[in-house]
Amino acid sequence: MSVLVVVEREPGGVDELSLQALALARTLAQGASIEALAVTPPSDTVSQGVAATLGEHGVSTLHVAEHAVFGSYAPTAVAQAAVELAERLQPAAIVGAGTERGNEVLAHIAARLDLPLAANCIAAASGDPARVTRLRWGGSLLEEADVHGAPTLLTVAPHLVTAERAPAGEAAVEHFAPTLSEADQLVRVTDRAEDDTAGGVSLADAKVVVSSGRGAGSPEGFGIIEELADLLGGAVGCSRAVTMAGWRPHTDQVGQTGTKIAPDIYIACGISGATQHMAGCKGAKTILAVNTDPQAPILASADYAVIGDLHEVVPAISAELRKARQT
Amino acid sequence: MNVLVCVKRVPMTGGKIVLTADEQAIATQHLGFTISPHEECGVEEAVRIVEQHGGESVVLTLGPPEAEEQLRDAMALGMDRAIHLVIGDDEDWDAQATATAILDAIEAEHAAGVDFDLIFFGNESADSGGYQVGIRVAHALERPIATGLKGVAVEAGRVRCEQEVPGGRDVFDLPLPAVVTVKEGLNFPRYPSVPGRMRAQKKPIASSSPTAAPARLEKVRLVSPPGERKEAEILGHGPDAAPKVVELLQRIGVA
Ligand SMILES: Cc1cc2nc3c(=O)[nH]c(=O)nc-3n(C[C@H](O)[C@H](O)[C@H](O)COP(=O)(O)OP(=O)(O)OC[C@H]3O[C@@H](n4cnc5c(N)ncnc54)[C@H](O)[C@@H]3O)c2cc1C
Ligand SMILES: Nc1ncnc2c1ncn2[C@@H]1O[C@H](COP(=O)(O)O)[C@@H](O)[C@H]1O
Repeated sequence: MSVLVVVEREPGGVDELSLQALALARTLAQGASIEALAVTPPSDTVSQGVAATLGEHGVSTLHVAEHAVFGSYAPTAVAQAAVELAERLQPAAIVGAGTERGNEVLAHIAARLDLPLAANCIAAASGDPARVTRLRWGGSLLEEADVHGAPTLLTVAPHLVTAERAPAGEAAVEHFAPTLSEADQLVRVTDRAEDDTAGGVSLADAKVVVSSGRGAGSPEGFGIIEELADLLGGAVGCSRAVTMAGWRPHTDQVGQTGTKIAPDIYIACGISGATQHMAGCKGAKTILAVNTDPQAPILASADYAVIGDLHEVVPAISAELRKARQT
Repeated sequence: MNVLVCVKRVPMTGGKIVLTADEQAIATQHLGFTISPHEECGVEEAVRIVEQHGGESVVLTLGPPEAEEQLRDAMALGMDRAIHLVIGDDEDWDAQATATAILDAIEAEHAAGVDFDLIFFGNESADSGGYQVGIRVAHALERPIATGLKGVAVEAGRVRCEQEVPGGRDVFDLPLPAVVTVKEGLNFPRYPSVPGRMRAQKKPIASSSPTAAPARLEKVRLVSPPGERKEAEILGHGPDAAPKVVELLQRIGVA
């Protein structure tokens, strides 16, 4: 018995979230071999570095599916390659990273095999049924669940399982050419529209995020939020109440149905702290809330708080920062 | 163009989630209900497509009798009619069973002469977050599916799909009939008008009661994530707290 992990590559290596998926896969494998699947167009080569990294994370064999369709992202083709490989390996489980693409590919595998899929797991124990703990409500709640049938299909929630090295020597590399029908190849990325608003700090990667909610009162209320974000070299965020009012674009929204952020500090001004908002900032190392209401729910998730009107507090922080920098 | 949108009724939790004593569900006595913002955008897009291309827009839910509220809400925004797959109040169907029931409903429509050119799902449901019901339905129908979309444009028998990725947008171009799963940010949903609400009361809902298959992703219990509740350290009140905040920013190394 083995566990098969569908890995995603990034330029020059293996995506960090795939390494996290490997860590959970090892707990599921209990010593059985870990097999990895990567896809590539025939012209390309999977670097030796990838096999070395995967070996350091416990992979015994890297199976490389080669096909022209893998020149761009093609979810059903990846899933079909995994299904074909699984027919040969008969793994006890197939695991992917809980990225948009990992969830998509695993769902296609689940549909093809007519098996359940547990998305965004943080723990898993093998068995029949397998027992998993997974995120629901964008991570506001956990569910313990039994997954019936074999192989067990699951994805691993991002940033909640630590990627750890488990050296198994360099992974062996085996190439295969999956048999893909026209239908398997129909859905693929055919074009890329570059973002022309590039530049500035992206919300998802910012070290500092300053955001506001209904408490900002108006689109103009964000002037002082932008000012503080600029001073700190950070990005501006907002709550859904703000995007619904049309004060800011949805790209600024933090939360379950917005952007997930992981800054060193998140400064949330005039935001009540609804569970769906907090689902987007669980990755923040420190949360500072500015709120007029000492009973606001966000105070139960924040590390620090200032009680007061953001229209007074935020400009005062900016002024104090400028003062501190002059001396 | 006939367009179907699948939506799921979920409780609108506020600042804190309270579980029922048996740990099987969220205590909802004091909560309102809604659908995922992703699905709201699916409803808006379907209404716009039918406004532009003609045809019929249909909203479907598998949910308790009370989920009629969410169907009426969608019809108030312009959906033409609804399909209600009625289940018990405390039933929590897994993704496989849900997809099968939706598929049966689509096949019943087909038998009655209605075929959907485009079917909308949310990228993930608000409560379960399974990322899979749409993909299962598309696979069973042998139709192409693109997921997580923030752009959907129907033209000449095809649908151009845009997915947000770091640095830009990836484009998928699918022939119709097709299935799409969408995300909030796809469009800016309209608010229901009073006449819209009145009209929605008269629009037809076809109800039926599917039978549940045993869950294969079987919930054992729900738990709150550990280490959730703490008390924030109050740095001060009003603008006078600014020096303390700057100290904190310096300590963290971001000032
Ligand atoms: C399925 C689902 C998904 C959702 N996804 C998201 C999501 O991704 N992101 C998101 O944000 N929300 C999301 N929501 C909505 C969420 O439930 C809340 O409605 C929303 O986050 C509330 O925004 P808010 O905190 O700005 O507004 P409110 O809840 O109205 O809070 C405003 C806060 O500002 C304070 N305040 C008012 N005036 C001032 C002032 N002058 N100075 C300082 N403080 C002041 C008030 O005390 C209050 O705490 C989702 C909801 C559902 C059902
Ligand atoms: N009970 C349901 N009734 C109708 N549609 C549903 C239901 N459950 C899930 N869906 C649809 O499938 C999408 C994905 O759900 P999930 O796979 O649970 O993340 C949702 O956004 C809905 O569009």
